[in-house]
Amino acid sequence: MIPSGNREDEIQIYDLHKAFGQLEVLKGITTTIHRGEVVCVIGPSGSGKSTLLRCVNLLELPTKGRIFILNEEITDPDGDVDKLRTKMGMVFQQFNLFPHLTALENCTIAPIRVLGKSKADAEKMALDNLTKVGLGDRGGSYPAQLSGGQQQRVAIARALSMDPELMLFDEPTSALDPELVGDVLSVMRDLANSGMTMMVVTHEMAFAREVADRVIFMDGGVVVEEGHPDDVIGNPKEERTRTFLRRVLDPTHVDAGAEDRAYAERHKVDRFRQPSAGASGDALPPSGDAVR
Amino acid sequence: MSATTADVAPRKKLSPRKRSQRVRTAQYVLLGLLVLLAVLFMDGHQIQQVFLRPDMIAKTFSANLPRALMNTVLYTLGAFIFGLVTGTVLALMKLSQVGPYRWLANIYTEFFRGVPAIIVFLAFNLLPIAFPGVHLPWEPYGTVWTALGMVSAAYMSETIRAGILAVPKGQMEAARSLGMPAGMAMQRVVLPQAFRIVIPPLTNELVLLTKDSSLVYVLGLTTSDFELTKFGRDLANANGNLTPLIVAGLCYLVITLPLSYLVRRMEAAQRKAR
Repeated sequence: MIPSGNREDEIQIYDLHKAFGQLEVLKGITTTIHRGEVVCVIGPSGSGKSTLLRCVNLLELPTKGRIFILNEEITDPDGDVDKLRTKMGMVFQQFNLFPHLTALENCTIAPIRVLGKSKADAEKMALDNLTKVGLGDRGGSYPAQLSGGQQQRVAIARALSMDPELMLFDEPTSALDPELVGDVLSVMRDLANSGMTMMVVTHEMAFAREVADRVIFMDGGVVVEEGHPDDVIGNPKEERTRTFLRRVLDPTHVDAGAEDRAYAERHKVDRFRQPSAGASGDALPPSGDAVR
Repeated sequence: MSATTADVAPRKKLSPRKRSQRVRTAQYVLLGLLVLLAVLFMDGHQIQQVFLRPDMIAKTFSANLPRALMNTVLYTLGAFIFGLVTGTVLALMKLSQVGPYRWLANIYTEFFRGVPAIIVFLAFNLLPIAFPGVHLPWEPYGTVWTALGMVSAAYMSETIRAGILAVPKGQMEAARSLGMPAGMAMQRVVLPQAFRIVIPPLTNELVLLTKDSSLVYVLGLTTSDFELTKFGRDLANANGNLTPLIVAGLCYLVITLPLSYLVRRMEAAQRKAR
């Protein structure tokens, strides 16, 4: 039955298609995310994982298919999209904090303007959330005065200040300096432990493995493999998943040319001359051609 | 290696530093010569008699210069506010989903940008004849604000539109993802940032408006409504001396220089907040 009507099914996606002009980015995705579940979506760039996430709160309009949030259809042309969006927080790769507002104002503007909360209530809630992400004392700072990691944590606090039922994360650590990634991931882990329903598009395999209840591997606009992280990341069944994970987990040993044929052409000669310095080690099978 | 260099370049060449030193010296010498020429051929007394006669300066001030300065400021400010509001509406129309709104706004901009401001003023002069019974409030300010404001709105709408487009797309997305309707997101998130971006070009527009307010003379106003240029010119004609006009001209700087200073301050403050 569509929708399931089950209160535990927070996000239901049925046969989702999305095309940008001629380019088909999503080719029929069907999945359900349950209450309290943490789902990590992984996959190579261009696989459609971000588009999938952006379709869930309708920042991208699907070409075909239906999406239900808390059993209400967000893809319904006559539905109240704004109301459903208040129930799901979104965290962006580029933070997208409002630069003309302080951290505290970033967290209070929507609760005041959209939910009609009083300024005092909104500020109390905002301060609670800023404290949760470890920035209780930085409420008066403008985004420009904060580091990338701090900005992203304010963005998480901003989303939480709407008291959402579920949270969407679009590569939240991809724009951060490596040493700042940990701060954001630990906030996300705490959030997951508190029982928040989360859909996370990420490249952080360690995070997915440790925190996720389920991992979805996407490639070419379809779900290739999904299941428990120990299976999908620890012991992938599909060749495409294996190739992807090898590249992500061990990038220095990927065969030159696996990503870029022109690069491979340029370096072919060198490899013939110095076979010992070749890119593929003994422990790993050559991956370049196995992909295709 | 050094031996080869000596063979190839036996002529002594200037180092780049020495060469640029000589060029700079030559520039200073040229400048000094020009100043010297000007001093030699200028008749300081004669110039003062034509442009800056002390008695005429006193006369200009006593002939109610402050009133003229005040009028210039009032005309400009009113027109600026009119233009800002109309320009913002036009900018939003240009970005509208509704085709006719976009066309209308574009036609408006092309028309009022293309037509000389003085013709707009002349047309407004005939407004009471074209529309009998129609009266703008607070004459003559109403007419000046409307005429000047409509012209500047055309320019400002383009500036503001560019400002709105310069706000990153993610800002609108973040606001929408928090459940804000499109109008609220525009008003609370996008426009405040857009206006910060366009403060410098808008101030430029304010400076241009200050000077364009001199076109008010075609409306045929009474003495008490004169702005600086008309005031200075009438006084200059009456006395056969240019001094009042020069004094009036310097008064424009009294308005525009603090404005430029203010903008620099605001830009600096903005850089800090970004």
